[in-house]
Amino acid sequence: MGRFIVRRLIQAIPTLFGVLVLTFLLTRLSPADPVSLMLGGQYDVTPEDREQLRQTLGLNDPLPVQFAIWMWKVLQLDFGNSFYYHRPVIQMIAERIPNSLQISIAALIVTVAVGVPLGVIAALKRGTAADHAIRIFSVSGHAIPTFWFGLIFVLVLGVQLRWFPIGSMNVVGVDCVFCWDRIWHLIGPVAIISIGGIANLPRILRTEVLEVISQDYVRTARSKGLREGAVVARHVLRNALIPVVTIFGGLLTIFLSGALVIEQVFNWPGLGRLTFEAAINKDYPLVQAGVVFSAVLLIFSYVLRDITYAFVDPRIKVR
Amino acid sequence: MATQATTVGPVIVAPAEDRRPAAGLWSDALWRLRHDPTTIAALGILLLMVVLALGADVLADNFFQWSFSKQDILSSYERPNLSDPAMWLGSDQLGRSQIVRLLYGGRVSLFIGVFGAATSLLIGITLGVTAGYFRGWWDDLVVWLVTTLNSIPTLFLLLIVGLLFRLAPLPLAIFLGALGWLGICNLARGQTISLREREYVLAARTVGARPARVMFRHIFPNILPLMIILAMTDIGGLILTESALSYLGFGIQPPVPSWGNMLTGATQFLTKGPWLVYAPGALIWLTVLCLYLVGDGLRDALDPRLRGAVGAKR
Repeated sequence: MGRFIVRRLIQAIPTLFGVLVLTFLLTRLSPADPVSLMLGGQYDVTPEDREQLRQTLGLNDPLPVQFAIWMWKVLQLDFGNSFYYHRPVIQMIAERIPNSLQISIAALIVTVAVGVPLGVIAALKRGTAADHAIRIFSVSGHAIPTFWFGLIFVLVLGVQLRWFPIGSMNVVGVDCVFCWDRIWHLIGPVAIISIGGIANLPRILRTEVLEVISQDYVRTARSKGLREGAVVARHVLRNALIPVVTIFGGLLTIFLSGALVIEQVFNWPGLGRLTFEAAINKDYPLVQAGVVFSAVLLIFSYVLRDITYAFVDPRIKVR
Repeated sequence: MATQATTVGPVIVAPAEDRRPAAGLWSDALWRLRHDPTTIAALGILLLMVVLALGADVLADNFFQWSFSKQDILSSYERPNLSDPAMWLGSDQLGRSQIVRLLYGGRVSLFIGVFGAATSLLIGITLGVTAGYFRGWWDDLVVWLVTTLNSIPTLFLLLIVGLLFRLAPLPLAIFLGALGWLGICNLARGQTISLREREYVLAARTVGARPARVMFRHIFPNILPLMIILAMTDIGGLILTESALSYLGFGIQPPVPSWGNMLTGATQFLTKGPWLVYAPGALIWLTVLCLYLVGDGLRDALDPRLRGAVGAKR
């Protein structure tokens, strides 16, 4: 098992390298000049000063050299200073990641808590009204533009009915993590982000349960007189849930990308909103860092998924 | 990414199917499609949307008599009413007709979806088939590229692009397509890997067919049905991405209306014109839903064995 984990971590290195190359190239090959971005609206800058700034920033070096230097710094978690806030980028990212994780983890729990029962019901009650209802819900949940659903949530439940706050993480003056106030603020964004996953999970789980239910050992369990509930809980579900682990990595993609817009809709100070505002301010060290960190979170979740998968299913061969 | 369509559930054959002798893939598919009311309805709605989008100019000039950019400050925030066709869905903060802008927005969304999907099909199939056929270092490179792009949440990547460029609809469509080919590539690659071991591919190679011919004449036609199905979900996914990106202000730029950027305006004045929020999102939802339903219907029609195999893509 230890060897598997190490090997899987090593496999992540080329991917991470690719992410860095892509992020670097996209920002550096752009028509925008970093020096003018950095100097923004300052007019009293002589061309000599500009040239000196170029030299200090290393912008006159060949591209591969620039990349090597940038990557070396990034590996030491040095993304430079924000052009806009003039603070170390890494600090700002570190402040925001816990906020984003709160939404993602809560959304994961909600997705599993709602999605798994729906999938099992759809499979066990195959062909009934419940199955059709779940399928309709599943397809329409898959197609819904989540940010728009979030807007409707804010408009109807926030602005018009005033049941929920219309944004941010806490009521002004309150600052806590594990308290009712925070949960009250989390309900909106988490519910909206979870929809994608809740729509996805039953479709996959239904197929899996149907597959497992026709296995010999399920027939054996039934024929030895086990109650249906016990058959489902002990024999069907435990095997059907194994492949569900694989979609968790995909779920986090949905959450991270979804979070970018949902954080905007709900005014939630997370990684997505930080990156978005940085993009508006043309603060590109911050954008670079935001993209790299979202990718790192994702790669890490893929690794975690594979390890969990190998852990719950001993049949998986270490490749 | 194990999205290969290998696991086959219990095949449920519709009773009517027994009464009809098989008559080739496409005519069989058409026959099944005609007996699938959900798909027909979804196709109908989509066709209606395409017609409305294409006829937006004619409708705006002759019926609504209100161009999409015509402003009228005096009648801003007009509630939806039936007195004037242009005000059926009310007007926005600049007094522009919501319904006319929705027509043009639909044109933009469908345009992006179709052209983006065409781009991603082109890239995905080319890379997937060649990687699966040649294997070796080329395959490794493609897989690496797919894994890398898969590791960056799409919207984050698009933010960088939005930071640097303000793209017109066609370049934006191509760009979205150029980032959205991963699922297609994975499936095309997986299918090719299994197809290249078939006897007919071996036969073609034996008589001296070159790789390009084998891939184009023998493998491509066999993955085509699967790719058509994927194209539908792809168009839907692209419309969703475009709307989110435009909502954030990095996609389609005003004054060109798109369903996404209409929502940006609506949010800024949420309390003054709440009706402006409903229609654009509902139309995105309806369009994407119909595309997914048509995708599902086509999947069942073209290849009943694939039931449930494609949905796991996203």
